[in-house]
Amino acid sequence: MNELLKNSLRSGPDGRGRFGEFGGRFVAETLMPLILELETAYEAAKADPSFQSEIDYYLKHYVGRPSALWFAERLTKSLGGAKIYFKRDELNHTGAHKINNCIGQILLARRMGKTRIIAETGAGQHGVATATVCALFGLPCTIYMGAVDVERQKPNVFRMKLLGAEVVPVKSGAATLKDAMNDAMRDWVANVRDTFYIIGTAAGPHPYPAMVRDFQCVIGNEARAQLHEAEGRLPDVAVAAIGGGSNAIGLFHPFLDDAAVQLIGVEAAGHGLDSGATAASLSRGRPGVLHGNRTYLLQNDDGQILEAHSISAGLDYPGIGPEHSWLHDIGRVEYVAITDNEALEAFQLCTRTEGIIPALEPAHALAYVAKLAPTLDADKIILMNLCGRGDKDIFTVAEHLGVNL
Amino acid sequence: MSRIAAVFANLRAEGRAALIPFVEAYDPNRATTIELLTGMATHGADIIEIGVPFTDPMADGPTIQAAGRRALDAGASLHGVLDIVREFRSANNHTPLVLMGYLNPILSYGVDAFTQDAAAAGVDGLIVVDLPTEECDLLLPAATLNELDVIRLIAPTTSDERLPKVLEGSSGFVYYVSITGITGTRTASAADLARDIPRIRRATSLPIAVGFGVRTPEHAATIAGFADAAIVASALIEKLCATNVATVLEDVAALAAGLRTAVKIPA
Repeated sequence: MNELLKNSLRSGPDGRGRFGEFGGRFVAETLMPLILELETAYEAAKADPSFQSEIDYYLKHYVGRPSALWFAERLTKSLGGAKIYFKRDELNHTGAHKINNCIGQILLARRMGKTRIIAETGAGQHGVATATVCALFGLPCTIYMGAVDVERQKPNVFRMKLLGAEVVPVKSGAATLKDAMNDAMRDWVANVRDTFYIIGTAAGPHPYPAMVRDFQCVIGNEARAQLHEAEGRLPDVAVAAIGGGSNAIGLFHPFLDDAAVQLIGVEAAGHGLDSGATAASLSRGRPGVLHGNRTYLLQNDDGQILEAHSISAGLDYPGIGPEHSWLHDIGRVEYVAITDNEALEAFQLCTRTEGIIPALEPAHALAYVAKLAPTLDADKIILMNLCGRGDKDIFTVAEHLGVNL
Repeated sequence: MSRIAAVFANLRAEGRAALIPFVEAYDPNRATTIELLTGMATHGADIIEIGVPFTDPMADGPTIQAAGRRALDAGASLHGVLDIVREFRSANNHTPLVLMGYLNPILSYGVDAFTQDAAAAGVDGLIVVDLPTEECDLLLPAATLNELDVIRLIAPTTSDERLPKVLEGSSGFVYYVSITGITGTRTASAADLARDIPRIRRATSLPIAVGFGVRTPEHAATIAGFADAAIVASALIEKLCATNVATVLEDVAALAAGLRTAVKIPA
């Protein structure tokens, strides 16, 4: 999978962990030796076939992979245009793509002899996935979660606690995902010897962006093979939602060198790109350094990081994985934005036409698909990553629809 | 000779260690910062570290996080911090000033413009917490060109093998982060320092300053037994929060007196 050609778009990052000018390792010296140790351990694991077979075992028997590829026929008909396929990563154990990465990282943590796990979470999906694998392997687990998110995602907080995790509400800053990540980093600095930090998205200091991407590439690799079986060809367009960008890079990466496949990442516009309440880092941000990597960030003129806004807690982050920043700048992937309201409409559309309640994150991708499909001929194929299920979001959606549960 | 080098040369002759108090710029407002800087320089501060507020101070504990939040609410910016330095310099041309902060405001300002403006304002050194040696080529050439010392952090996790790489291109002094953790939390013991300082000493001839968790005159004195400077931050910020500038300056004087009682422990 990683034997790449030199002129491939899949060969990044370089030796300094950079994708073009993005990525890198911007961490305090206390963490730097750990980051280097992690890189060495990951390189060794990648070269060891038994590591991949271990991952494959858990993905198949525990996560339930491969996830289905579903031809969304009613949706296709109602939109009237290109054929729409869903890669159904919402069917995974714990209900989202997050577990793909958690399996990989916890197996690496075990190889490294680490005895304690920490993670950050926004909506709680990555927190639940991390708490789940920690329960599976009997490792103590501390999850950092913004106090605001703890309040608005109570079911996931309870799930994590049931799974045996300690959930620490983070009150600093705006008390959301960005601040949770700060506090997870602070915990790591204080517990460097025994602790492994499972970052939930394809961002952070090198090697995280590459490592998380590698663990999520199972999405695109499976979809490619499944679509080949179903249609005998590649998709014309692949679409995925982007917060930090792990599900999107997992879908896109196996298609990067297929120039005929158009790749579209969907950012959260929040109330609108120019409303001042958005999470669209590529559309409205500029390059800077946060959380260990150089990437596009929402920031003010002084380089202070702005609070993001999205109805979807999983997209509510002012940065984006560095590989996306690079793919944006070189023009290989097109990045568009969808508002809260458009996502809410798509959420209901999917639920009623396909009988699938999507998470608000992939509802953003679907909202763009709903705009795109009617403009394409019926012989075109759109592949969309349905990266999470919407059970966690029913309270948010009810509130926005004015329904009292 | 740079202001920082001159301070350490004089102190070496006096046989005592330097006191480096920390001020978070704009906490809680600009006027207080000017008062603190001016007052610290006359109450025993040998060098002053100015914290540049940042929304996401990942290496800082609750005290400096809160100070940074108050400062940003008061309108802090990197341009504003340089303006404070200019005002301080109009009355004091000898006390070295070191800016400590995070990379993004500097990138946003523009590395070339920032290093020129900082040097012109009278800044002597830079500590950029999230810029490890592996990424330092972003800043080092411009800083060197403008004769700003780039002061490196060394941690308990920095191995002997790694030390020369971390020290490459560093000048002024080295900043030993004496604990694995964030600012203002735990405190390194004499035994820790006896173990850690000599191995850094073997790798560099630069003065060694010790920070993170230094709170009392007694502790500053313990540090002075092994190292060349003690950095005090969170304890002073907490004092400022609870009382006023005058009390903070009394603490600075007490810390300076504590350092003078230190007994140098031969390496």
